Amino acid sequence: MIYRRKSKPSLWEEMDKLQKEMNRMFDSAFTNRLNDRPLNSHDFPAMNVWTKAESGQVITAEIPGMNVDDLDIKVVGETLTISGSRQVPVDDENVRYHRQERGYGSFTRTIQLPFPIDVDKVEANYEKGVLKIWLPRAESDKPRKITVKAI
Amino acid sequence: MNEQLSNPETQKQEIVEQDQAERTRESRMYVPRVDIYESEAAIHILADIPGADENSIDITLEKNVLTIDADVHAEKPQDYSLMYAEYGIGGFRRKFNISNEIDQERIVAEVKDGVLKLVLPKSEKVTQKISVKAAKE
Repeated sequence: MIYRRKSKPSLWEEMDKLQKEMNRMFDSAFTNRLNDRPLNSHDFPAMNVWTKAESGQVITAEIPGMNVDDLDIKVVGETLTISGSRQVPVDDENVRYHRQERGYGSFTRTIQLPFPIDVDKVEANYEKGVLKIWLPRAESDKPRKITVKAI
Repeated sequence: MNEQLSNPETQKQEIVEQDQAERTRESRMYVPRVDIYESEAAIHILADIPGADENSIDITLEKNVLTIDADVHAEKPQDYSLMYAEYGIGGFRRKFNISNEIDQERIVAEVKDGVLKLVLPKSEKVTQKISVKAAKE
């Protein structure tokens, strides 16, 4: 009997995932810059990238508990840099920590975009701890349709 | 090597069902990262639950078991397709055993920017201590 599940990830997807995992591992092993103990500034925050061929990309990142003023988003050419810092936890003598799992401190992450973007039209919002950045593709870079004339 | 992979800050931990029961829905669930600290008067819990808001969080305290349950309905950018993903999207759930006597009436919970803040005030009535006397023979 062949049992098949609709959403079963294919072997290729699994391989792909493994490769990404490996890349991240090597990346962070070689360029690991830590400020305090806290956030691994190299690959925080984790990002999801959404694409639409004609219009550009949307990048989402989970960064809960940020002060919007502490978030810095820069676009230079085809690179996007997100940096910021998350508040240091309460440091009080009368307070006893049971657990400390949430990261804190400052982080910077730079990613390479696949195409030049229209810097003036970049928009970002921060809602419920999720950062969303719209990166519209530059008009000049958009693929042009070439009409074929019949002779 | 393991340390890099299990970097607590970037990898969300997915829930592994411990008892036999499974969830009926297929969506993913994650374990929220928390800070818990205790002050003289209360126990404070901070939990990272990005994507959840005040309407999608359920907090229950039953017989010293505190359950945090948060649903996440992430809107996908319309017409865009996910090209590269480093984190999964799903709800959050975590349970804690609270040992101290908690004043259930005065529990305060608020959520802001994806961080849940819970203050569990300790009950006024102090647990009675029973002194043990040495019995005389």
